[in-house]
Amino acid sequence: MDLSHTPEEEEFRAGLRAWLARVLPALPPKPSPGDWPARRAYDLGWQRMLYDAGYAGLDWSADAGGRGATPTQQLIFLEETERAGAPYVGANFVGLLHAGPTIAAEGTAAQRARWLPPVLRGEEVWCQGFSEPGAGSDLAALRTRAHRDGDHYVVSGSKIWTSHAEVADWCELLVRTDPAAPRHRGITWLALPMDAPGVTVRPLRTLAGSAEFAEVFLDEVRVPVANRVGAENDGWRVTMVTLSFERGTAFVGEVVACRRVLDELARAARDNGRWDDPGLRRRLGLLNAEFRALWRLTQWNVSEAEAAGGAVPGVGGSVFKLRYSHARQELYDTAADVLGADSLDLDRPWVLDRLSSLAYTIAAGTSQIQRNIVAERILGLPKGR
Amino acid sequence: MTRTVRFRLTRDQEALRAGVRELLTRRFGAEALRAAVQRRDLDRRLWRELGAAGFFALRVPEADGGVGLGLPEAVLAFEQAGRFLLPGPLVATHLAAGTVPGAAAGEVVVAAVDGVLVEWLAEADVVLGDVAKAVALTSVDPLTPLHRVPAPDGPEAAPDPVAVLLTAAEQLGTAVRVCELAVEHARTREQFGQPIGAFQAVKHLCAQILERTEPARAAVYAAAVTADPVDIAAARLLADEAAVRGARDCLQVHGGMGFTWESEVHLHLKRAWVRARRAGGGAQGAELLAADLAAEPA
Repeated sequence: MDLSHTPEEEEFRAGLRAWLARVLPALPPKPSPGDWPARRAYDLGWQRMLYDAGYAGLDWSADAGGRGATPTQQLIFLEETERAGAPYVGANFVGLLHAGPTIAAEGTAAQRARWLPPVLRGEEVWCQGFSEPGAGSDLAALRTRAHRDGDHYVVSGSKIWTSHAEVADWCELLVRTDPAAPRHRGITWLALPMDAPGVTVRPLRTLAGSAEFAEVFLDEVRVPVANRVGAENDGWRVTMVTLSFERGTAFVGEVVACRRVLDELARAARDNGRWDDPGLRRRLGLLNAEFRALWRLTQWNVSEAEAAGGAVPGVGGSVFKLRYSHARQELYDTAADVLGADSLDLDRPWVLDRLSSLAYTIAAGTSQIQRNIVAERILGLPKGR
Repeated sequence: MTRTVRFRLTRDQEALRAGVRELLTRRFGAEALRAAVQRRDLDRRLWRELGAAGFFALRVPEADGGVGLGLPEAVLAFEQAGRFLLPGPLVATHLAAGTVPGAAAGEVVVAAVDGVLVEWLAEADVVLGDVAKAVALTSVDPLTPLHRVPAPDGPEAAPDPVAVLLTAAEQLGTAVRVCELAVEHARTREQFGQPIGAFQAVKHLCAQILERTEPARAAVYAAAVTADPVDIAAARLLADEAAVRGARDCLQVHGGMGFTWESEVHLHLKRAWVRARRAGGGAQGAELLAADLAAEPA
């Protein structure tokens, strides 16, 4: 068991740190949350800076245009960028963490050449069209239909919970191509151009008051067959590559961020006197233990992935996701107790974060679904009838 | 890029874990456990065997006749001890191995005052701390006799971080074991015409045991590498929770069978309760972790 880094890794960290110190002060001001075009421009601008500095697609393989870095280097990257307060992946999320890796793993040479470089260079934004009003945790129940018409698919249906849909160039879309097949076997993965005729985007206001998601309506949208990744009706398998990425590494930076919030909470509690309440103080102490452990669990999972040849993080990510999403909610519930009555004021720090944290035990597989996965695939318990 | 051995077990560490496990399977399996609950005394022959295997001398330098290994190896050994419900003042004797003659070899049983409690006082050859006013308790754990001593005057002394960590390692072993027991029972016990593990309510209990165990494991192993008192406090809190709540959930999964003396589940819960009362856990650990947060801004 070793938590130290190689000289190469320390060099990598030092180089990254120096670069961040140089470029971050020169960044333009952050756009307002409601200004989607400005957010797109800001996030793509940051991605372009990463690209020019050689940090884009760090964890992507070299033949996908990435740097082929080890999982440990990727961990260092996420740790350092978060510590330095660098911009989040933002609008580049689906391109870099979902659609991109899927195309890298399953796409043809031509598809990789068409779609991957613009993601790495910060030129194109992807969104995700998986969930539907009738297909949430039970994703395989999706009903958006596609039928062949010559060298096109004609797609009709609707998608929901689509982040960045208003400003996306592409959508990784799951459609049903064979309604007669067993439900996991009739699904196909398509790259949908968001400017195609028949695509309508409607912002979806969340309980936090903002429109972080959208609904996407598809009315006889024509998508070239050449935009299909993987075989027809093999989209479920193609998609699982993507989803296991989401459960494995997507929250690493956030754990670092939560530890910073926790320090800020402790300072705030000291300043307003609530630190003298032993119950609250010890809850903050327990959260310190929690986020330290989550960081160590991340390092453990990354080491395991590295030992397995940098393989896609597996279902072990479900344990992390479960624990982390609940810890994040506890963090902001505790913040509310540090704030007292101010926790009811949306203009105070952490109040909106508390509202946003409510999505964590729901998005990317509810805690209940995650526990089924853990019980069946890790512990080997039988499926229910 | 060169790839080093990472935050995972080395081959030697895997071998050590397998060795301890093999020894305990052979010498302290289900039969021996049941016999120990009947007898309630310390098996001196087993104690000497542990000594001969290097359990107590694990961290004593080779130059002094020890095994010369470190905290990570000690943590792996204590995790197995916890898993098997191995009785005796293991932590106190292990810590005394470099200083109390005979402790390293398992010839001498060493007990120590821990807060207001002393485990295995009557069986010990050497007792560290003031036990002049010790009074025997009727211990809730049939395999851990307890004495109570008066609380010392003045502020609570900071506990030895190594003792806190080794307790965490034992608790981790309990969490791992109760997860196995719960899953085993959920897979085999049938009600309403199917294994109870097919019911989501039971499934989720089992998943939650693992959900607490794996972060605790990462925290305990990491604290063994850093030896940092704050990391150790974190590891201890998570491991205490994983053991105590895990044993509770395991008992619940076992239903009525879990409430019997016959089942081994209650032994895990009771031992986890005893260990959770040792110094460094609970409020003491939480305060240490809070103080770490309140340290001046970095």
